Amino acid sequence: MEIDNLVVRYGEKAAVDGLSLTVTGGTVTSVLGPNGAGKTTTVETCEGFRRPDSGKVRVLGLDPIADHDELMPRIGVMLQDGGAWSGVRALEMLKYVATLHSHPLDLDTLVDRLDLGTCGKTPYRRLSGGQKQRLSLALAIVGRPEIAFLDEPTTGLDPHGRREIWQLIRDLRDDGVTVVLTTHAMDEAEQLSDQVHVMSAGKLIASGTPDTLTEHGTKSLEDVYLALTAPPAREQR
Amino acid sequence: MSTETATYAPQPGSAPWRHKVLAHTRMEFRLLIRNGEQLLLALVIPLGLLLLLGATGLGNRLPLGEGRPIDDAVPRVLALAVLSSSFTSLAIATGFERRYGVIKRLGASPLSRGGLLAGKIGAVLIVQVIQFAVLIGTGFALGWKPVGGATAVVGVVLTVLCGTAAFASLGLLMAGVLRAEATLAAANLLYLLLLAGGAVMTPVDEYPEAMQGVVRLLPSAALASGLSNSTVEGIIPWAAALSLALWAGVLGYLVSRTFRWD
Repeated sequence: MEIDNLVVRYGEKAAVDGLSLTVTGGTVTSVLGPNGAGKTTTVETCEGFRRPDSGKVRVLGLDPIADHDELMPRIGVMLQDGGAWSGVRALEMLKYVATLHSHPLDLDTLVDRLDLGTCGKTPYRRLSGGQKQRLSLALAIVGRPEIAFLDEPTTGLDPHGRREIWQLIRDLRDDGVTVVLTTHAMDEAEQLSDQVHVMSAGKLIASGTPDTLTEHGTKSLEDVYLALTAPPAREQR
Repeated sequence: MSTETATYAPQPGSAPWRHKVLAHTRMEFRLLIRNGEQLLLALVIPLGLLLLLGATGLGNRLPLGEGRPIDDAVPRVLALAVLSSSFTSLAIATGFERRYGVIKRLGASPLSRGGLLAGKIGAVLIVQVIQFAVLIGTGFALGWKPVGGATAVVGVVLTVLCGTAAFASLGLLMAGVLRAEATLAAANLLYLLLLAGGAVMTPVDEYPEAMQGVVRLLPSAALASGLSNSTVEGIIPWAAALSLALWAGVLGYLVSRTFRWD
């Protein structure tokens, strides 16, 4: 995945302002940054939901807008919230999305892995936050994508659930899936990522492996992040 | 959770177009029949109206047309049914699909824009088959005597297809540019306005002369008069079909310019 000098504006404001980065295949890459840094806009541009004002985005060598229909079967997208009809049952939704793909994952195995069996007949509006998260992740990977974009994949999960999802993300990577993660959980990024990009005000302000950014583990990624994204000190009288 | 490891090796690909469209049609239809409000609009209101007009004598006191009340009532109630399924229900459902992120989810799936629209139209057509079966059956039970035979059937099918294209485009346009709640309010309001003032239940000629020129141009008037001409006069209503096709073309173009996946 290649982003070259990307600019995306909302009116006068540049949400993404000259961003360039590359994501290597078969890795877990985290995009970090404060709220409003441009993470979601960047990822949504890669998914074809936003049109760049300038610059170039290529995902699997394809233009997400011009080659939309060709690209979509090859990527998986986990939305931060929503993404299902309120009255649809969890398993019904998963089966439906699986039907749109040519070689979906085995549903029984996926349901078991994500612990969706107990809520399979529950309407989406009645699922807990954690169940919605797990269903959303299942919907993102059921089509066996080459790249999975995961937005805050463990929000609302208990510690056991988080660890299970972390292991699933590692398994995806080990099986050759490229995972692009946007998260506010620094421990998650540190544990899972092969590469970390930190954004602020629409620009890339740091990139590297967790080991490099934490100076070989002498600092935590959270401390590094806080130092990088600290607001300017107020002027003292 | 199980610790069993599945294999996630990428093997992406889109299902055949026909499978995707059928899957989406099935899903839309299933969700629609679970929704009581949608069923009320699609079936209960038209059926109730037909029973009122055809079985209570109310049809004798209302200006439905120049023939027997039941003969005038059935095609006009069919027009109302098409309006509710292809416009009101579709607009509200699509508006809330956008609100719940379903459109966005589907935008990031192999279902293309064409597949989404085809699936939606497929579900609308299934609903219309059920509406027509119930309403036409009830009409016959109340003594409806359509004329024209096969010509009338062709006229009805042509008008319904053109009307569905026009009103579905209007519904999708509304759902594409308004918020879900605004779509809900506007679609219901427009449904009532067209029912009362859009020459759906009353022929254009019954409106005040000053209004007739405008009312005649409305797609609701073309839909109702097209169905009425088909079954009351036994002709193929080419003018009404052309009017609806033009509406469909203009509104469809606007949908293509405004429909968003997010």
